[in-house]
Amino acid sequence: MTDLTHWRRPLRQTPFHPRTAALNRLNLWGPWGGYTTALAFDDVAMEHTAIRNAASVYDLCPMVKYRIRGVQAAEYLNRLTLRNAGNLPVGSVHYTAWTDDAGKLLDDGTLFRHGPEDFLICCQERHLPWLLDSAAGFDVAITEVTEDIAALSLQGPCSASVLRAAGFAIDGLKPFRMANFRFAGGTLTISRTGFTGDLGYELWTSPDLALPLWDHLFEVGAPWGIRAIGTEALDLARIEAGFIIANMDFVPASQAVREDRARSPFEMGLDWMIDWQKGHFTGRRALLAEREAGSKWALVGLDIEGNTPATGALIYTGKGREAGFVTAACWSPATKRNLALAQVGRRYLTGPLQVEVYALRELQYARLMLAAEVVPRPFFAPDRRRATPPGDF
Amino acid sequence: MSYDALIIGAGHNGLVAACYLARAGMKVCVVEKNDWIGGAAVSRELFPGFTYSNCSYVSSLFRPEIMRDLELPRHGLQILPYEGGAVLTRNGGYLAMFRDHDANRREFARHSPRDAEAYDRYSRDILRFCRFIRPMLMRTPPDPSRFRPRDLSELAFLGRQIGALSEGQIAAMVRFWTMSIADFLDEYFENPVIKAYLAVSAIIGTALGPMSPGSAYVLLHHYMGDVDGNVGAWGFARGGMGAITQALSKSLAAAGGEIRAGQGVDQVLVEGGRAVGVVLANGDEIRARRVISNMDVKRTFLGHVAEKDLPGDFVKRVRAFKTRGSSGKLNIALDAAPVFPALPEGSPMLKGDLHFTDSMERMERAYDDWKDGQFSRDPFQDAMIPTMIDPTMTPPGKHFMSCFVQYAPPKIAGRDWTDADRDAFRDTCLNQIEAYAPGFKNKVLHVEVRTPRELEAEVGLTEGNIFQGELTFDQLLFNRPVPGYADYRSPIRDLWICGSSTHPGGGVMGAPGRNAAAEILRDAKLGTRGMRDAYPVL
Ligand SMILES: Cc1cc2nc3c(=O)[nH]c(=O)nc-3n(C[C@H](O)[C@H](O)[C@H](O)COP(=O)(O)OP(=O)(O)OC[C@H]3O[C@@H](n4cnc5c(N)ncnc54)[C@H](O)[C@@H]3O)c2cc1C
Repeated sequence: MTDLTHWRRPLRQTPFHPRTAALNRLNLWGPWGGYTTALAFDDVAMEHTAIRNAASVYDLCPMVKYRIRGVQAAEYLNRLTLRNAGNLPVGSVHYTAWTDDAGKLLDDGTLFRHGPEDFLICCQERHLPWLLDSAAGFDVAITEVTEDIAALSLQGPCSASVLRAAGFAIDGLKPFRMANFRFAGGTLTISRTGFTGDLGYELWTSPDLALPLWDHLFEVGAPWGIRAIGTEALDLARIEAGFIIANMDFVPASQAVREDRARSPFEMGLDWMIDWQKGHFTGRRALLAEREAGSKWALVGLDIEGNTPATGALIYTGKGREAGFVTAACWSPATKRNLALAQVGRRYLTGPLQVEVYALRELQYARLMLAAEVVPRPFFAPDRRRATPPGDF
Repeated sequence: MSYDALIIGAGHNGLVAACYLARAGMKVCVVEKNDWIGGAAVSRELFPGFTYSNCSYVSSLFRPEIMRDLELPRHGLQILPYEGGAVLTRNGGYLAMFRDHDANRREFARHSPRDAEAYDRYSRDILRFCRFIRPMLMRTPPDPSRFRPRDLSELAFLGRQIGALSEGQIAAMVRFWTMSIADFLDEYFENPVIKAYLAVSAIIGTALGPMSPGSAYVLLHHYMGDVDGNVGAWGFARGGMGAITQALSKSLAAAGGEIRAGQGVDQVLVEGGRAVGVVLANGDEIRARRVISNMDVKRTFLGHVAEKDLPGDFVKRVRAFKTRGSSGKLNIALDAAPVFPALPEGSPMLKGDLHFTDSMERMERAYDDWKDGQFSRDPFQDAMIPTMIDPTMTPPGKHFMSCFVQYAPPKIAGRDWTDADRDAFRDTCLNQIEAYAPGFKNKVLHVEVRTPRELEAEVGLTEGNIFQGELTFDQLLFNRPVPGYADYRSPIRDLWICGSSTHPGGGVMGAPGRNAAAEILRDAKLGTRGMRDAYPVL
């Protein structure tokens, strides 16, 4: 229950705030889902390096979380989401997405199966009415639990070493598996998941254990250069990994004021999730039709000439016809490429593309037309992310 | 002496039209029956040191395109966005509103976690409707029964607007225009207090209850404005709503126009089927090339034009135009800020709109009284204290409180309001506030009470209808005010109408006056260069 004076602090602090605030030398904060979150702590390049070289810690608390429980929880999720939740073993996680009846994306997220009848959805946007309405006829209970869980993302090649040193036996944990551990008189769930495309884990516990967990990790992680990272460094890593985010790379259908902004799983490269065999699910009929008729848009990875990030750029065909737009872009330190995620009209994908970039050159923008090549995602996918047992760096 | 344009009434629409015409080079005169100008956008000092917004009290609809065209900021107009607002509930609690998205979500979540997350979809849908309606505000509606080139091109414009929508959206839109706000809100929300808060805009100034079909559109009418691009937001005019008409009068003076206050029109002069001027109540005659009435359509044609000069059909339609009054208002001078014990100290709620009706059922019951020809025993009030933000309206530490009240019928059980009725109405409203703010009545220094009787007598609003005619779908677009005359013209050549009775309707919006001026300028072959088109939404 929210107290009556919540409005005095419209941006809440997460349970980790005492630690993130102490470390935030730049005092750089941004709003995320009603929380104050660190954009950067001291140096974005060093923070990104921690993700790719050592061990990084990112405060995940603002991710929206829903608990789904009940004898028909799996059935319900099969109806709600694109993938087959019934096939998800207990102790496993999968990346999934869900659409409205028109087959347009509402959100993507991770689905955790804690028990045969106990799931957790973790996503970017809020969907309680949709989840509740979709539950008509199913014996399930749905609760919004965002504030009941404190979550950290521990990512980087040394993340497994840090966890071992912390006393958690995670050697057998494969990607997309999770395990529970006793910690400080409570429970810590560790899942081998993340948003960086690297070796990494996400740690889930109750808010009262947030600070002990943070302190423990930073104490034992010191030899590996454990480092708090902000959203800017994470954003670089997630672009390198080719991951998308609601309201950054696509507009959720439930929020799209312009009807033509909504996108289907085909159009966002998520059609591989669809289990056509599992029976009916929300959006199935529309998606079947789209599979037959074809889609208008495609989400693609771009490798762009030069080294100027193409943030917000419009995309043109070789002949100068507008073909799409960039949704995320960066110069990628890990791949030494100028990368972008972009929505491009499908019919323009066969020919050459160029992006229109306004490059800031000492207060003055220079307009550049840069050649762009469609390349496969992820842009960065080191073997260490999958190795089990994980490497001992 | 003769004018190019004579405007009857210095309401904001009359002044907007006058400004555009004067700026296009016409010789313009505005005659106003009251000793002051502004119509329902007026600020008067009725108690020493206290300026009221006597009728309208908040601004959102007034088109920024017009403010810019007429350089109103240069002439002193400032619109102040406000924060906050709350519904006080009978159980001693409240639901507050915040400008901050997350604070608002948490506040909703205190009442219903589900509704907290339903608000985004709700605002998306309202925004969609706004995007559709907005471009039509600053255009003359087409006459679908005629085939003049302009009607055809405007019909084509309407067609393109509709063509851009999916089938689902067209269905949603048609439902929305015709359904009740209660049914509409039920599709999104479950909590009665949240629904009561959101339903307010659907009943303001409206002779409908929240459960009456057609009330949903009225909500949209109140949402399609903005304050500096913040769609649906409302603000105060610094110095009171009269500041808008004061700025307009300065803009008019700068363009060489003239205003004569205290000179009511008795009759429009018609010679040879053309309007050629007016006869004032004092018997003086003013001649003009054209006459433009800012009075509502009933007052204009039933009160100030000889019936013999009008086609019978037209008169019948004008008589049938619905102008049922439904609202009253209290303007209160306060010795000190009221204290609402339910609200946390230092909260922004007092800076916004305060309501004491915590369910749509209570609103509907308040409407039941109106149907019975009584003012509501448990009225809905939209109470605001502009002086929480605007330091110019009262001495420091004192406050002006504006209470807009639903429902008050044009007549009490079929007979005219008496002073005793008015006083009883006042006491009902004050007692309701006192119940939530003990000690409130002791702080009251002066009250101006306005029932439909006062609104009609002073502003000339027939039956006290604040919008110069109800905003129901049968009286909108090409049917406003009557079919065949939505182009600001009348059956009498050179007699035009420009008030809120015309498209797109009431509220301090300025669009009717602007659109009328556009038609007049086109008719006079002067062109509309000084007018910009509607800004897009988002
Ligand atoms: C109590 C109340 C509260 C309101 N609250 C709001 C609000 O908060 N926000 C909002 O946007 N809208 C509000 N409205 C609605 C809005 O104020 C009106 O729709 C709008 O001001 C009408 O403007 P108008 O120029 O069309 O006509 P009017 O303001 O009605 O102007 C008509 C003018 O003609 C004059 N006149 C009448 N007869 C004669 C005659 N014979 N000779 C010469 N002159 C004559 C009148 O005196 C008046 O000045 C409210 C209205 C009322 C009454």
